Amino acid sequence: MRDTILAKKPAKASATPADDADFILHSLQEAFEAKKRYAASEPEMLEFYRQMLLIRRFEEKAGQLYGLGLIGGFCHLYIGQEAVAIGLQSALDSDRDSVITGYRDHGHMLAYGIDPRVIMAELTGREAGISKGKGGSMHMFSTSHKFYGGHGIVGAQVALGGGLALAHQYNADGGLCLAYFGDGAANQGQVYETFNMAALWKLPIVFVIENNGYAMGTAVKRGSAETEFYRRGTAFRIPGMKVNGMDVLEVRAAAEVAFAHARAGKGPVLMECNTYRYRGHSMSDPAKYRTREEVQEQRDHHDPIEGLKKTLIEAGKTEDELKAIDKAIRADVAAAADFAETSPEPGAQELYTDVLVEEY
Amino acid sequence: MGIELKMPALSPTMEQGTLAKWLKQEGDKIAPGDIIAEIETDKATMEFEAIDEGVLEKILVPAGTEDVAVGAVIALIVGEGESGGEAAAPAPAAAPVAALEPVEAPAAKAEKPAAAAPAADPAIPAGTQLVSTTVREALRDAMAEEMRADPRVFVMGEEVAEYQGAYKVTQGLLAEFGPKRVIDTPITEYGFAGIGTGAAMGGLRPIVEFMTFNFAMQAIDHIINSAAKTNYMSGGQMRCPIVFRGPNGAASRVGAQHSQNYGPWYASVPGLIVIAPYDAADAKGLMKAAIRSEDPVVFLENELVYGRSFDVPALDDYVLPIGKARVVREGRDVTIVSYSIGVGLALEAANTLAGEGIDAEVIDLRTLRPLDRQTVLESLAKTNRLIVAEEGWPTCSIASEIVTICMEEGFDHLDAPVLRVCNEDVPLPYAANLEKLALIDAARIAEAARKVCYAK
Repeated sequence: MRDTILAKKPAKASATPADDADFILHSLQEAFEAKKRYAASEPEMLEFYRQMLLIRRFEEKAGQLYGLGLIGGFCHLYIGQEAVAIGLQSALDSDRDSVITGYRDHGHMLAYGIDPRVIMAELTGREAGISKGKGGSMHMFSTSHKFYGGHGIVGAQVALGGGLALAHQYNADGGLCLAYFGDGAANQGQVYETFNMAALWKLPIVFVIENNGYAMGTAVKRGSAETEFYRRGTAFRIPGMKVNGMDVLEVRAAAEVAFAHARAGKGPVLMECNTYRYRGHSMSDPAKYRTREEVQEQRDHHDPIEGLKKTLIEAGKTEDELKAIDKAIRADVAAAADFAETSPEPGAQELYTDVLVEEY
Repeated sequence: MGIELKMPALSPTMEQGTLAKWLKQEGDKIAPGDIIAEIETDKATMEFEAIDEGVLEKILVPAGTEDVAVGAVIALIVGEGESGGEAAAPAPAAAPVAALEPVEAPAAKAEKPAAAAPAADPAIPAGTQLVSTTVREALRDAMAEEMRADPRVFVMGEEVAEYQGAYKVTQGLLAEFGPKRVIDTPITEYGFAGIGTGAAMGGLRPIVEFMTFNFAMQAIDHIINSAAKTNYMSGGQMRCPIVFRGPNGAASRVGAQHSQNYGPWYASVPGLIVIAPYDAADAKGLMKAAIRSEDPVVFLENELVYGRSFDVPALDDYVLPIGKARVVREGRDVTIVSYSIGVGLALEAANTLAGEGIDAEVIDLRTLRPLDRQTVLESLAKTNRLIVAEEGWPTCSIASEIVTICMEEGFDHLDAPVLRVCNEDVPLPYAANLEKLALIDAARIAEAARKVCYAK
C-alpha cells in the first residue's frame, strides 16, 4: 500500500526536503524489515551479553547503594532498557560519532567501556568521579569518547544533539550524532524545533526515542496523542523506524540502516525503540501506576539479557560459561562500589573550580 | 558466609520504615529481580528486589514490624551451591545509618579564591587614526575580523544572512563568508539556541543572534542550564565557547513585551560572562574578546545606540579585556555608575551638573559579570558619593548589586547613601508620554547626583 502511494516519480537529488516529492518516509523501515536481526558473530554476541549484564548488575548495585544512602538526589536506573544502548552504540564509529542523552545515562556510559568505578564514584559524589563529584548521576560526560552527557532538563539534549550534528557537518568529519530521549521528552516543543532544522539542513543525526511506556508516572496513552512515536518525524519528512528495543540484535540491525542513511548525507532518522524499565522512574518512585503482573510479563517474556542468553545457548554456549561471565561482572561491580564508597569526597577548594574556563 | 539483606531507604531522608510483608519465605530460592518484601513509609510503599541469587536462609525481622532502622539486617541469603562470600556485596565500611546523616561540612571552609585584577585596556599607540564608526558597524567589523581569523566562528539566527540582519548588524557577512558560516534559522529560539550550544560543545565557536533579547526568554534554558552550567557539572571537561548577542532593553514605542533589560537576569548566573557596552570602540573590542573567550558570553547590545557614531582606533586587532570597567569621565564630587545606553544619559547629566559646579565622574561598567568592583570602589574612595543609572527595573538590578558592593566594601568612604536611578517599576507602556515617564533620563540622574551632594 505504501509503495503504491510513494513510488510515483523517480527520486532525484534536491536542494531542500520540500522539493523532494518522492521522499520515502518508510524506506528505512522497509530496509530494516528485510534484515531484521543482526547476524552477530559469536564473540560479538558474547560481548553484547557481557555489556548488557554489566549495565544490569551496575544498576542493581546503584539501587542498593541508593538504598543505603550512599547515592543521593535523583537516580534513574536503566534496568530493562540495556539492549537499546548496546545495540546502537556497538554500531558507532567511536572515533568520529558523538552521543548525547538525558538523565538516565549510566548505561550509555558503560556501553562505551568507561570504567565503572569512575561512574559509580560520580554517583556517590566523590572526587574520583568522572565529573569530580560535581555532576552526579544525571550529569556525566566523557569528551574523550565524544559522549556529551548526561542532561537533566527533559528534551534539552535533542537540540544540543542537533548542534553536535551541525558540528559534524560543518567540519565534514564524517561523524554523526546519536541523540537519545524518552517518550516523555518526545512531547517537548524543542524536539520539533530541532526536527525541523535537522531535516532542513540535512544534519547527520539519529534521534532515538527510548519508549519505555511511562513518562515518569504517566503512561504513554495518557500523555501522547500520537503514541507511535516513529511517525512523529513525518511532518518534517524525517523517516521513522519502529524497533523492538528489547532485542539487542534487532536494535543493532536497525542502527546499521539508520547510521548508513545519516552518514550518506541524507539527513536525520527518527528511531523508536520500544522498551521497558523494570524500576521506577527514579529511585524515589515506587511505580504504583502499573501492575506487578505487567512488570513480570516483561521480565519473563521480553527481557533483553535472557533473550540473548537463549540465542547464545542455542548457538552452543553452556549455562556455566555464561554464569562465569556474570560472576566476573559481579566482582567488577562490587569493586566499583567499594571504590565509590571508599574514595574521598572532593576537596573544599573544588567548590570554586570549573565555574569559568578563563580568568578575567 | 551469607549475604546480609539490609533495610533499604526509599529516599535519602528516610531513617526508618515498616517491613510490611515478606513475599518470599525461608527456604525459597531467590533470583535477581525477585520481589522479596514490601517496605512502607508514611509516604510510599516500595518493593524490595533481590539483586543476588541464592536461598532465603533466615528472616530476621518479621512482617508487620514498624520502625525498622534503615541499614538494619532484615534477612540472610546463602548462595546456592556456592560458598557465598565471593558474590556477596562488600559490607560498607561505615554503618549505613551513619551514611544517611548529612555530609559534614568540610573541616576547613574553602576560601573563595580572590579574583585576579582585570587587565587594563591596551594602550593605543600615539598617532593611531581614529575612525568615526557606528556601533552597528563596529559589531559587524568585530565579527568579520574574528571570522577571518578563525574558521570555527560562525553566525546563526533569524534573518542574519539573506536579509542582512533585522537591525543590519550582520550586513555583508553572507557575501563574504557564505551560507555555511552565516546561517538563517527559522523562528525557533529555543531550538537554535540549543543547536548553537551543542555546536559549541562539539568544538565550534557560534555567535547566536537573537533578534532581540526579549525572544531569548524562549531560549533561556539553554543559555543557563546548558551553556553556563555544563563546564562545572562536568568537572571542567565540557567547553561551551559561544556568544549569544542581540539588542536588549527598551527600544522605542514597542510596548512591554519588546522592552526589557535582561542584564540583571544573566548577570546573576555563575558560569556566564555578561557584557553590555555603550560606545563603538568598546562594542568592537569586547565583541572580539567575547568571540575568543572559552566561556559562554551573553552580549547585550542596544537598538537605540546601534546608529550612534563614536571614534574607534584603526588597529588591526583591537581587543579589550572582559571584566574591566572604564572611567569615561573623570570627576571629583560624585560617581555615576552606569552601562549600555545609561552611559550616554549619565554623560549628559554630568555636563548639566558641571554647569552647576558639581564635577561628576562617570563609570561605564561594560562587563556586568564578572563585575569590576575595584574600579567602582576606587572611584567611591575618591568622590565619596555614588549613584547608579540603569535603564532597567530597580528591583534585583545591577544597581542593587552596586549598592551592595558599596555597603559591604565601601561603607567607610560613603558621605551619603548610594542612590539608584532606574526605570519605573512597571511594564513599559506604549503611549509616548507614559513611556517617557517610565524610562530614566539625564534630568533624573542629575537630580539624584544633586541629592547625594546635598546641593540645593
